[in-house]
Amino acid sequence: MQFGIFSVGDVTTDPTTGVTPSEHERIKAMVTIALKAEEVGLDVFATGEHHNPPFVPSSPTTMLGYVAARTERLILSTATTLITTNDPVKIAEDFAMLQHLADGRVDLMMGRGNTGPVYPWFGKDIRQGIPLAIENYALLHELWRNDVVDWEGRFRTPLQSFTSTPRPLDGVPPFVWHGSIRSPEIAEQAAYYGDGFFANHIFWPKEHFMRLIGLYRERFAHYGHGTPEQAYVGLGGQVFIRPNSQDAVNEFRPYFDNAPVYGHGPSLEEFTEQTPLTVGSPQQVIDKTLSFREHFGDYQRQLFLMDHAGLPLKTVLEQLDHLGEIVPVLRKEFAARRAPGVSDAPTHESLKRSEAGVTT
Amino acid sequence: MRLVVVTAGLTVPSSTRLLADRLTSAVTAQVAADVTVVELRDLAVDIAHHLVAGFPSPALRSALDAVGAADGVIAATPIFTASYSGLFKSFFDLFEELPGKPVLIAATGGTPRHSLALEHALRPMFTYLHAIVAPTSVYAASADWADGELAHRIARAAGELAELMGRHPAVPASEEMVIPFEQQLAALREKP
Repeated sequence: MQFGIFSVGDVTTDPTTGVTPSEHERIKAMVTIALKAEEVGLDVFATGEHHNPPFVPSSPTTMLGYVAARTERLILSTATTLITTNDPVKIAEDFAMLQHLADGRVDLMMGRGNTGPVYPWFGKDIRQGIPLAIENYALLHELWRNDVVDWEGRFRTPLQSFTSTPRPLDGVPPFVWHGSIRSPEIAEQAAYYGDGFFANHIFWPKEHFMRLIGLYRERFAHYGHGTPEQAYVGLGGQVFIRPNSQDAVNEFRPYFDNAPVYGHGPSLEEFTEQTPLTVGSPQQVIDKTLSFREHFGDYQRQLFLMDHAGLPLKTVLEQLDHLGEIVPVLRKEFAARRAPGVSDAPTHESLKRSEAGVTT
Repeated sequence: MRLVVVTAGLTVPSSTRLLADRLTSAVTAQVAADVTVVELRDLAVDIAHHLVAGFPSPALRSALDAVGAADGVIAATPIFTASYSGLFKSFFDLFEELPGKPVLIAATGGTPRHSLALEHALRPMFTYLHAIVAPTSVYAASADWADGELAHRIARAAGELAELMGRHPAVPASEEMVIPFEQQLAALREKP
């Protein structure tokens, strides 16, 4: 099982000090956080993609390429790659290039983006969100698998004898996760291709996601990729850790109360009761995280949101130290509970082996 | 049959609740129904939190589920500033739709001059939600409480709701329908 962090890349004022980082400081902080993730023994760093303030990561492969050069083991991924507004040809090229530079330590997560005004900035229409996600991904999938592509669709100019370069490393396309918080169509899409399905369930109660993940697992089996239990599921998580749980609550509360996403709404206590958010001791985080598999089944990837709501870099790095101490326990406990026959999260090496016809 | 009564009165006791209770008695006199009363006053903070956080508290969840599963709904609001109260609207904003749901609309106000707010505000809102709104709406101004005409109107509206509930009982929510992926792809390949 893989553990990692994902970042939205928001520039948010620290509500306890009134300090707002500059874009430059935030971008550099994201890199520092990514390097720290490898240092403390995490497997994955994933960045979001946004094209509007107050978010900085508009160019994920640039950032991930830089991180790749400064890390050895870390898998570089995205917390969303906008399959709706990006040209699938450019996604194919950018991520294949990144894959070569990072020696295969690359996968990515497709998402649609839910900010209406962003679509027309890229010549698209949010009302076509699902059809765009379906057509664009179908093309991306083909570009990575066929050396020469003739293609015609509804949303992009046709391609004649087109070769996307560079070709994927070792002829193995990056593994793809499809992220969705709402749409059964996307669970169906992930299942159809035998790709992963990532449910970022951090802001909502679990019941909704249990239905979506159940649907994905069932359809994954329907399309002949394996049993429902062998499907690839990723989950979000959100934690704030201090050795003493009351310290964690006291320190995190002003950030929670003012957080752009959920601030000024339900209390911290209500929110931790009803969503995956855990604010407390390492043991509380371990217990809550282990409970996810009881709702969603054995899963392959756990990403935590750690740097948001204006938390200063120093605090985030301390949080990653705590997380680094917890993750070995989680690895051990998840492994002990795991049903036989459950898949591991695909990596470049594992995909290369199965491409070569070697069963693992 | 399940009858759910949504009332947005703010005082305790409230005249809106009183009107809702009279309508409820008139309906249950005609159809045997389990009655659930949803007092929006008690859910005001939860409704605001839902708007901010995007998900309902357990108490609000059960109110939403009750309305969703009801065979008939009585929806009563005070008229504020020429329309339904903001709380009433915020509650119904949480539904994507109420397809085929029989609804009796009712309102209270300090003056009879606001009675058409039912027709200009509540009725189109429920029509938008694809509910089936009983033709007779019931408005009670302060003066109406002493008037036999209100009782007559209550009986007529209640009869209509009871009749609609008999004809359009709630259907259990179906499982999420998945369009098979090949079909989604094929739809794109057809020329627009």
